Amino acid sequence: MPVLSIDSELGAIIVGVVLLLSIASIIGYVLAQRTQSDKSKAVIDNLNARIRAWWFMVLFFGLAVLSGNTGSIILFALISFLALREFITLTPTSRGDHRTLFWAFFIITPLHYFLIWIHWYGLFSILIPVYAALVMPIRNATTGDTKDFLARTAKVQWALMVCVYFVSYAPALLTLKIPGYEGQNAKLLLFLVLVVQMSDVLQYVWGKLTGKRKIVPQLSPNKTVEGFIGGVLSASLLGGALCWMTPFNFWQATLLAFLICLMGFFGGLVMSGIKRDRNIKDFGTLIQGHGGILDRIDSICFSAPLFFHLVRFYFAL
Amino acid sequence: MIEELVCWFIKLFTGARAQWTVGFDQLQPGQRVYFANHSSHLDFLILWATLPPALRHHTRPVAARDYWARSRPRLWLSRKIFRAILIERKNISRCNNPIDQLKASLEQGDSLIIFPEGTRSSGDTIHNFKSGLYHLARHCPQAHFIPVYLENLNRVLPKGEFIPLPLICSVIFGAPLRDVSERSKDDFLNEAKKSLERLNPL
Repeated sequence: MPVLSIDSELGAIIVGVVLLLSIASIIGYVLAQRTQSDKSKAVIDNLNARIRAWWFMVLFFGLAVLSGNTGSIILFALISFLALREFITLTPTSRGDHRTLFWAFFIITPLHYFLIWIHWYGLFSILIPVYAALVMPIRNATTGDTKDFLARTAKVQWALMVCVYFVSYAPALLTLKIPGYEGQNAKLLLFLVLVVQMSDVLQYVWGKLTGKRKIVPQLSPNKTVEGFIGGVLSASLLGGALCWMTPFNFWQATLLAFLICLMGFFGGLVMSGIKRDRNIKDFGTLIQGHGGILDRIDSICFSAPLFFHLVRFYFAL
Repeated sequence: MIEELVCWFIKLFTGARAQWTVGFDQLQPGQRVYFANHSSHLDFLILWATLPPALRHHTRPVAARDYWARSRPRLWLSRKIFRAILIERKNISRCNNPIDQLKASLEQGDSLIIFPEGTRSSGDTIHNFKSGLYHLARHCPQAHFIPVYLENLNRVLPKGEFIPLPLICSVIFGAPLRDVSERSKDDFLNEAKKSLERLNPL
């Protein structure tokens, strides 16, 4: 297995991302010099914190992807672990859940990523929805703590589904066998992450520039109709424009990107629902300007499974 | 070196963060007695690890001898890494009075970490404080008594469990108690407990 494998397409996308971030940093700098009012200053400060954090995220992600499949899988396992930590921290659990949660963190999560690493699709795809769903309630029942039994069991299962199972469909793209695209699946993972994250960024930009009508004010005060439409459409076109790095033609890439963006948007909405219910703004403080790791990956959680299955069904062996 | 590694690992695992409600640059210099709620064996570790290194080097946790002297590794850890002051919980006589030990340590220039509830609670409520904190305050009125609320640690490692969970917890430092020397015993212990409860973010 090559330690560092950069083909020309991968090189082009790295240059592109670095260029894009540099432009963003320059714009952020200019805006910071120009603003006077306190209110817009707070927005700009947050924007610049986000851009700075993006540099680090791109660096981590880039190094992981370039170090090969194992590196990517380890990175996503780590992301899942941190996301699960944020999720469980903010979910009220009781004393009786301690041993069950131990299973979730230290047995099921590593085992799940191990199955991806050895390309065992059959077991990977059912480990959490079937076997974790069987084992966790059993473990919970044996503690004898029956208070809120159903709610507690459901919370842990849901945490595993969102933070581990859904997210892991992204690195699982590396296990697909696509004729004529052998050894290049890292670019597929890059395509998914780029489109989803650019969709978030573009929705933010469109929303800040043109946003007026709030889309679901009870859930997410910052999401607007204009931001949603502008962001999703422009990110879909971006996806189409990136078709050269994928096994898809322009229209296939655009359509897939559109579906990814749509699911990503709804993912953000669902996770906002949880945050509002728990009365918090962000899941954590790990990433400056963005909040927690779950705030950053909520859109990947929901788009990765759909993207994986569509690619697997239509393009893979 | 080992100390830095231990602290780094603890902070990575639990994501523990220190929050200073009073900027710690505004705190007056001098010896401090950090007193905190107690619900887990990890409590003093987390509090100790989240202190800025310059403060940490002069801060010694106060721990029960009957627990920490039970085995060699524990004794080694408590002596070499945490520099803990081991005190008796039972059979206290005039010659092994814990207050004397703590006072001597403060006079040497150390700061202390104390759990005035005396034992671990379930984490839902803070128990009434034992009188040791009051006696310490009477003997060492020049020390600053700083309440420290440990949030979520009862979930990381509750009483009776031995494997910690990687949950995020907070260490919230409050403002020092005032007029320490002028209060009666009950008044002082009540006020100290309340100052801790006020830091609970929930």
